[in-house]
Amino acid sequence: MSEIAEAVNLEFRYDEEAELIFENLNLSFKQGEMTAILGHNGCGKSTFAKHLNAILLPSGGKVYVDGIDTADETRLFDIRQRVGMVFQNPDNQIVATIVEEDVAFALENLGGPPQEIRRRVDEALQAVGMYKYRLHAPHQLSGGQKQRVAIAGIIAMRPKCIVLDEPTAMLDPVGRNKVMKTVKKLNEEFGITIILITHYMEEASQCKRVIVMDKGKVLMDDCPKEVFSNVDKLKEVGLDVPQATELVYELNKLGLSLDTHITDENECCEALLKLLS
Amino acid sequence: MLKDITIGQYFPGDSFVHRIDPRFKIIITIVFIAMLFIGSSPVCLEVGAVFCLMSIILSKIPFKMILKSLKPIVMILAVTSVLNLFLITGGEPYFEWKFIKITDQGVYTSVFMIIRIILLIAGTSLLTYTTSPIALTDAIERLLSPLKVFKLPVHDLAMMMTIALRFVPTLIEETEKIMSAQKARGADLDGGSIKDKVKSVIPIIIPLFISAVRRAGELATAMECRCYNGGNGRTKMRQLKCSPSDFTALGLSLLFMIAVIYVNIAQ
Repeated sequence: MSEIAEAVNLEFRYDEEAELIFENLNLSFKQGEMTAILGHNGCGKSTFAKHLNAILLPSGGKVYVDGIDTADETRLFDIRQRVGMVFQNPDNQIVATIVEEDVAFALENLGGPPQEIRRRVDEALQAVGMYKYRLHAPHQLSGGQKQRVAIAGIIAMRPKCIVLDEPTAMLDPVGRNKVMKTVKKLNEEFGITIILITHYMEEASQCKRVIVMDKGKVLMDDCPKEVFSNVDKLKEVGLDVPQATELVYELNKLGLSLDTHITDENECCEALLKLLS
Repeated sequence: MLKDITIGQYFPGDSFVHRIDPRFKIIITIVFIAMLFIGSSPVCLEVGAVFCLMSIILSKIPFKMILKSLKPIVMILAVTSVLNLFLITGGEPYFEWKFIKITDQGVYTSVFMIIRIILLIAGTSLLTYTTSPIALTDAIERLLSPLKVFKLPVHDLAMMMTIALRFVPTLIEETEKIMSAQKARGADLDGGSIKDKVKSVIPIIIPLFISAVRRAGELATAMECRCYNGGNGRTKMRQLKCSPSDFTALGLSLLFMIAVIYVNIAQ
């Protein structure tokens, strides 16, 4: 598999006198992967995300998107078309007053022919399950629905990769679930690379790979089961683990010997049933 | 209170009025306003009223909504009618007491003014009710595009209008939230003298401004992420097309109104 995004010896500071946020950061993402990035507030995960589509440019080192150097200004639109970004607050990403017009926004900026835009907008809205709301005004939608519209606005560009910066932080549990389902569907059905920044461990455990960042460095980079089995190390940097893992951890402390790689409720149930029977 | 603001609201629909090319709707509205203001004979108002009513019926917008758009101007209407009633002293007096004098001309003028303002508001709100803000700004952009020759940033203006309209409901919601938050902390927003009332606006306005600026920053980043680069090389999903029925609507209403204005001037 080829690399869709890659940071090589990345260094970054907001201005000359400011402290370095990253030093020698090396990370790469494969096409089709679904990765979660975890980390405490201010660990640099959002700053890193903004490097992936040239909203921020490295102070040192390089970031490549699909082989293109993000510092290459002439290819800015190529980069942003390949890596789309979805932010935390759905209200602040929607530009237009009608759902379908908003989804069309990026395509209109890129200057496609009208029929093609129409087709892609309908496809994108169907992919996120918001087609029947296409003529609604954004303020008539719930938070989760707005966030799905924002995602549709990105996938209309047919990106290879979508970076989601805490997309569910402002949503209620129902909306959160729907957004996560949509994101997973995009990854599984359309093969879009997903980079999900999140505070919810349950969401992270649904990904194939979890990166834990702390103070601008990569602390762990593995599959979720391996990452979450290091409960002590995660707690040290102020992070939680999924509830099922937490339960197993506490039980093991009391002298049981359950599998520490458990991350979801079903696995936990099975392990406990086995123990009891 | 804030929920009463209907400016810029749009009611999706598929009526004849909804389908008229927005450029034509703007032109018709401008001529309609001109007719109301130039016209000094009742004929103009009658024609205007008939035209307005016809459009409302054709647009299938509930009559209640039109009335709602008139609610904020009740005060203006009251003041205008009272002023006209007492200040115009020509004509036959109906009633006289000391310096107060009500004459037939005063009554006539105040009724005339009320109808004129009502028609003005009803007609113009019908424009925003039946035209999506995007279509409206699109049409304004295109109608103004000849001004690009004079280096007027037409696209930027249209974009600013779109975003402003988009954020009206969001900011109203936010204002209500801030008001509740300040009330919860014991702020007295209702009572007191005018001075107190003005003062009590400050703790609402400042958080609102800060949040609006923050929103603007985030929105700008989100727009950049979606390859926004001003109007250069931009295309539109929705193409404005003029159908024969558009021309019929425009032609007929223009002819009608111009005739009225002409008759009025000729009198």
